[in-house]
Amino acid sequence: MRFTPASDRSLLVTLGEGIHVETNARVHLLSRQLQHIEEITSQSPAYASLLIRFDPLRITHEELEALIRKTPLDLAKAPEPRVVEITVHYDGPDLSDVAERHSLTPEQVVKTHSETIYHAYFAGFVPGFVYLGEVPVSIATPRRSTPRREVPAGSVAIAGTQTGVYPRTTPGGWNLIGRTDAVMFDATQGRALIEPGDRVRFIAI
Amino acid sequence: MIRVLSPGLFTTVQDLGRPGYAHLGVSPAGAADPVSLRIGNRLLGNPDNAPALEMTLQGGRYLFECEATVAVTGAAFDKVPMSRAIRVEQGTTLEIGVAKFGARGYLCVRGGIDVPLIMNSASTHVLSGFGGPLKKGDLIGIGTHTIGPALMQTVAAPEQRKRLRITGAAQTHAFDARQAITLATAVYQVGDDSNRVGLRLKGAPLHPPHNGQMLSEGVALGALQVPPAGEPIILFADAQTTGGYPVIASIISADLASVGQLRPRDAITFEFVSYAEARRLLLEQEAFIHAVR
Repeated sequence: MRFTPASDRSLLVTLGEGIHVETNARVHLLSRQLQHIEEITSQSPAYASLLIRFDPLRITHEELEALIRKTPLDLAKAPEPRVVEITVHYDGPDLSDVAERHSLTPEQVVKTHSETIYHAYFAGFVPGFVYLGEVPVSIATPRRSTPRREVPAGSVAIAGTQTGVYPRTTPGGWNLIGRTDAVMFDATQGRALIEPGDRVRFIAI
Repeated sequence: MIRVLSPGLFTTVQDLGRPGYAHLGVSPAGAADPVSLRIGNRLLGNPDNAPALEMTLQGGRYLFECEATVAVTGAAFDKVPMSRAIRVEQGTTLEIGVAKFGARGYLCVRGGIDVPLIMNSASTHVLSGFGGPLKKGDLIGIGTHTIGPALMQTVAAPEQRKRLRITGAAQTHAFDARQAITLATAVYQVGDDSNRVGLRLKGAPLHPPHNGQMLSEGVALGALQVPPAGEPIILFADAQTTGGYPVIASIISADLASVGQLRPRDAITFEFVSYAEARRLLLEQEAFIHAVR
């Protein structure tokens, strides 16, 4: 673990390099183990790091680092990840482009996308948007050169080896391969359908 | 109720935000100048976190359909007395006017603005679809939760700094040392396309490490992010919770309220301080706020 102050009231803990499920699972385990610390105001897990925001009037970087160093990180104690299933109508406007790019049929793209079990790396962009991976290289597709001004809520999309669902209508540059009716974020409850650390399966309907 | 006759340029309901949901990708939002919001609320006997109207550059006009006690704090508007409690009779129109200096003012109402809470906060966050800017004809309720009497005094407005204090941030040492020197000596201008999400700065470009590419990670409020083009962006109250550009420095907590008061084309400079100094300055600011009551 590497500790770097990110501001006068946040500490970045880096647990590895690159995008790996195991590193990311350690990020979420650490985040869970720190939930009870009152001086922490919020946490942002990412691929290989955890940004911890804290109340600088109550704790310092050094004190927080010492607390974290005292907390052993035992992956064996991590709970089994939840598996979230999301039903998808695979009729997105970019499905045929993705297929053509890889000399596949749209049906083959759908089969590959829906047969893969994804790991939920972290949430960002807008509430409930979760970066999922890995999309098999056989259908991985870079983000569009021109982003759309409006991507409809529920769009299921691919960018590189990442996939995700747009929780609400926003601008976006990912390739839209399908859509879901699932409510990705419930603002009244402050609850996301996919939480970081979950496993996700897409089911074609 | 308060009837919006004219909403000004961009007026939203803000309290101290919803910081606790960052792990779900929820931006904290909240007052761009939380110091002025807290002072306004303290003048009125409200809790610090009571929601108020955050008005940008132009304040708008409001018809009070019931009597109320209000206070306007933050940017110096030309049509209302600033930084003290004002009694508003039923049927009166309150015209706020234009900000002479500073960017954002707070129309605080005794009892707070009454809007439904989303994740324990009244703060508008446009990108998330949590509320939106006020429109002409909107009716706004007034809450009832107070913790003391309104104060009969005018308070000093907090300093609005143009020389912002910064500390090191996550990637400071990945930049070559000349970049920090440039940042600490150059004059930057606040871009016209700046808003609550971020302030785009015009001026000496900085050279980010690895051509500005890195793995996404959580970002702090007030982070000075350097995209490949080199002109830094201050990530602000409505910013996303994660980002993928190197961060060279971070605005200290005590100067975030001053960032909320920056107008497009303001000239600003930066000064590095230690984390200990940042903490001392925050304690000083807290003492200033607590001196109100």
